[in-house]
Order: sequence, then C-alpha cells, then structure tokens
Amino acid sequence: MKVMPCPLNGPRNISEFAYGGEVEELPAPDCGEDTWIDYVYLENNTAGIVREWWYHTPTAYWFIAERDTRTDDILKTYPASDIYKDRVDFSAPPPAEAPGETS
Amino acid sequence: MPFGLLKFGLSRGHPVPRVLPPATDLKDSYDIVIVGGGGHGLATAYYLARDHGITNVAVLDKGYIGGGNTGRNTTIIRSNYLTPEGVKFYDESVNLYQDLANDFDMNLMYSKRGHYTLAHTDGALRTMRWRAEVNKHFGINSELVLRDELRKMVPQLNYSEDVRYPILGALYHEPGAIARHDAVAWGYGVGAAKRGVEIHQNTEVTGFDITPANGSAPKITGVKTTRGTIKAGKVLQAVAGMSGEVAKMAGFKLPIKTVPLQACVSQPLKPFLDAIVVSGSLHVYVSQSARGELVMGGSTDPYGVYQTRSTLDFKEGLMMHMLELLPFIGEVKLLRQWAGMTDMTPDFAPIMGETPVDNYYIDAGWGTWGFKATPVCGKRNAEMLATGRVPDIIAPFALQRYHDFKLVGEKGAASVGH
Ligand SMILES: Cc1cc2nc3c(=O)[nH]c(=O)nc-3n(C[C@H](O)[C@H](O)[C@H](O)COP(=O)(O)OP(=O)(O)OC[C@H]3O[C@@H](n4cnc5c(N)ncnc54)[C@H](O)[C@@H]3O)c2cc1C
Repeated sequence: MKVMPCPLNGPRNISEFAYGGEVEELPAPDCGEDTWIDYVYLENNTAGIVREWWYHTPTAYWFIAERDTRTDDILKTYPASDIYKDRVDFSAPPPAEAPGETS
Repeated sequence: MPFGLLKFGLSRGHPVPRVLPPATDLKDSYDIVIVGGGGHGLATAYYLARDHGITNVAVLDKGYIGGGNTGRNTTIIRSNYLTPEGVKFYDESVNLYQDLANDFDMNLMYSKRGHYTLAHTDGALRTMRWRAEVNKHFGINSELVLRDELRKMVPQLNYSEDVRYPILGALYHEPGAIARHDAVAWGYGVGAAKRGVEIHQNTEVTGFDITPANGSAPKITGVKTTRGTIKAGKVLQAVAGMSGEVAKMAGFKLPIKTVPLQACVSQPLKPFLDAIVVSGSLHVYVSQSARGELVMGGSTDPYGVYQTRSTLDFKEGLMMHMLELLPFIGEVKLLRQWAGMTDMTPDFAPIMGETPVDNYYIDAGWGTWGFKATPVCGKRNAEMLATGRVPDIIAPFALQRYHDFKLVGEKGAASVGH
C-alpha cells in the first residue's frame, strides 16, 4: 500500500486520492491560440520532480504534492493556499454586440 | 561427462549462431537514424531496407532490442476500432501480420483466437453495435453477439446474473489474434541487419544537433549518443514511454502523458480458453498463451510514473474482477508480473509523421495499443522516410492535429477503460 500524506487528513492510502495533473499557470484569457493549445493539450510530462494537483476524494479536498516521477517518491504535500494567495477574477468580458440584433 | 562438456565448450567446432551480427563502432554519418529499437523502430528499418533499398541506417537503443514495451505487452492483435481512420490503419496491420512469419522465415506463433469485448450495460451494447457497423462498413469481420449466443461461443465465462456486472453480450471480432511479441522484434531486427542496417544496442540518444531556425524551420543534422555524435540525414523517433523526454531534446512538446501499464501471467494451466476476452467495465483482459499461462492485464495506473514497477493495488483489483469472470481460477497462482511505460494521448490515437523540426519524424502516442500496429507503422514510416511524403493512411495522426483542432477521438483504442 502506498501512503499519501494529505495536508488536511494526514497519511492515507493512495487509493483515496485522485490525480489532477501538473500545476500549471492558467494563461491570460486573451493569450494567443498557441498558448491555449499548449495549456490544453501539450504536456511537460517531466521525468523528475514535479508539482501536481491531488484530490482527497472522501473529503473533496484539493492540494499540491511534489513527487519524483522517476521513483514515485512523494517528497512534500501542502495546501494550494501556500501558492495561490490571491482570488482569481473570473468575470467574463462584456459580450460583443451581435450584428443585426434588435432589442 | 562434465569433462566432455568442458572440452566441447572450449573447442572451436561449434560457432554460436548469432541472431544479430556482432556490434561495430558507430559510423560518422547515416542517411537515417532511428531512435528506439522496439518493434516500431526495427520494422521501419526492415521495410526501408527491403522495400526501398535504403540501408545506410542505424537503429539505436539505450537498452536491448525489444526490451521496451514490445517485449512487455499482452500481444493482442485486432482491428475492431471505432473511427474510420483507426479501422483502416489497424486493418492494414492485421493483414501484414498474416504474412510476417513467411517474410521472416520464423515462427511468430501467430494464433487467431477471436476477440470478444464484453458488454455489461445497455450503453456498452449500443457502442458495440456502433463499432460492429463501422467495422463492417470497411469489410472487417465484427459482429454483435447477445448473451445466449455468446454463452455457446465462450462457455467458460460466468454468465450468472448474480454479479455486479452481468454479461449482456459482446463485440465478436473473428480476426483477433495473439503472437509471440519478442519474435516480432527479432524477426524485424534480423531481417533489417541481414540487409545491411546497423543495430546498436546499449546506445542511448542524449541530444540532437539542430541547425538554428533563422526564419525557416529548424533542421536536424546530427544525433548525440553515449557513444559519440553522428551525422544524420533524417531521424525517426520511436521510443514509446520516453517520447516526451526525447521530443524535448529535439525542442518540442507532445500531448503525451507517460503512465505505467501492468500485466501478469498465471501458472500454466491445461488449455481451456481459446478466446481473447476483454471487459472495459471490469477493467480486465485475458487470453491463454501457448504455454497455458493466463495472460492478464487491466487499465493503466491512475497517475504517471517513469518506472516499470508493479503494484499490489493493480493485482488486487485485477484478481477481484478475474474471479467474477472465471470464478474457478481462485486457486491458481500468479507466476510473473511486470509493467511498461505507455504514452497516453488525449484522443487515444498515435502521433505519426512530421514534427516542427525538418527531417525529424515521430512515431509515438502508442499508449496501450501499439503492438498490433507494428507492421503498418514500419511499412508506412519507411515509405515516408524514403519518399519524404506522408502516406494518406497516417496523415490523420499528425502532431499538427492538436493545432488544427482535428482530434481523432479513438474510443475503441484501449480495450479497457483508462
Ligand atoms: C503491459 C502492456 C500490455 C500491452 N498490451 C498490448 C496489446 O495487447 N496489444 C497492443 O497492440 N499493444 C499493447 N501494448 C502496447 C505496445 O506494447 C506498445 O505500444 C508497443 O510495443 C510500442 O512499440 P515501440 O516500438 O514504439 O516501443 P518499445 O518497444 O517500447 O521500444 C522503444 C525503445 O526505445 C528505447 N529508448 C528509449 N529512450 C531512448 C533513448 N533516449 N535512446 C535510445 N533508445 C531509447 C527503449 O529502450 C525501447 O527499447 C501493451 C503495453 C504494455 C506495457
């Protein structure tokens, strides 16, 4: 049994967790298409130490783990708030007026 | 007697037949360098030499030939895919497999068994019918069979309704087969070497010489290895689980995650199962080898690792489901277990053809399904390297599809859920 140290719940069997992918910066909404393609499809897929999202399923808790993908050693886990301290503004830009639209 | 044996051992009267010619030094330059001596790399070298007369070719492998996924897979060959692109492509491969033993003059133990993908829900039955219809449209033998008929065809399975996932029917694919996987690698390797291709084992590629892109596309000129740098006219990358890392050396990223896939075999049993049985809902697939072992596998690991370790979780899950399917194997022991590193793409289709680097071609993204594709990949890669044109049959699998938003969506690629 492999044990994952959850920052909220302590050590737990790895089967209680779901993997959420490498931690990556969200691109600015108006970045070019190539940056979005990179963000959505292309992978760093690093053989080495990576920072990734993990989720404790029973408590619905997301956190960050540092893991060596060559040895599968979990080096460190911590709450996402250690990195992400600011609120993200998700408000959409005002919609462009559709041509020929009547009110 | 031991003395006689020693005398025989020391005598020169028995040259050991070598499968491959003895290792030589690397030359300074090759027309084509193939990175990765798995089935795909060796098959490409074979067809380059046999069909196009191109033999100034080096195949480099960091370990030994066929030591990657080619020698680790569960050897299932089939073409009952879902998308027209996939069905046509894998069908060409299945057809090439039919003649391979003759081509090589080597017994590949190619054995047609019939491949059954079980359906345990109405939704799955609908998908099986869809796949059967797409297959038939392309002239491929696939049928939906319902429970009662299936029971006659594969009576060994547990048809009880008193289980979590009762069997409702299956997609029956008559051409489904298994073959000796290492023999496929050896056959291609020996055939290529016989025609003049150099195969260098224990030679790891560590980087590339690429001319800088001043306005135009960057171009490959050389390959750096643990045994020195060589000039290369063209390069093909076919390194399965290391695709992401090797592509990064060439300066581009891939839509690939490297995830282990595990498998195991039981102790040998009297032959009782001649079908290949797969269940996506139960995450199992099983066939019986010529030696009598049950060859079993499941879904990929839930997260990426660059290792071929085996885990207890995997075996517990797999055995639980195997027992639902074949309850009488409860006393049977596991003999061996292993894993391979697989390239998973978001649309379950490979990545083949051109790359952002001129004269640098790729054969990757084979995930859990690339053994069956070995012949078609070799043949079409060779055609591409020889002519400089991407053959139609592999064009849909271009890396560029992610930039053009033309993903393939091959849900029939993996027999089990991922
Ligand atoms: C457990 C398991 C079960 C599977 N079952 C099936 C199945 O039933 N049917 C099916 O169709 N497919 C199956 N597959 C998938 C299939 O095995 C692979 O897709 C296929 O073998 C890939 O072949 P390849 O030649 O591309 O790679 P490989 O055979 O892995 O060869 C790649 C080679 O590249 C070499 N290499 C890596 N990095 C470097 C470097 N830097 N320099 C030089 N050499 C390098 C490696 O040493 C290796 O020998 C399975 C895979 C696994 C792991």
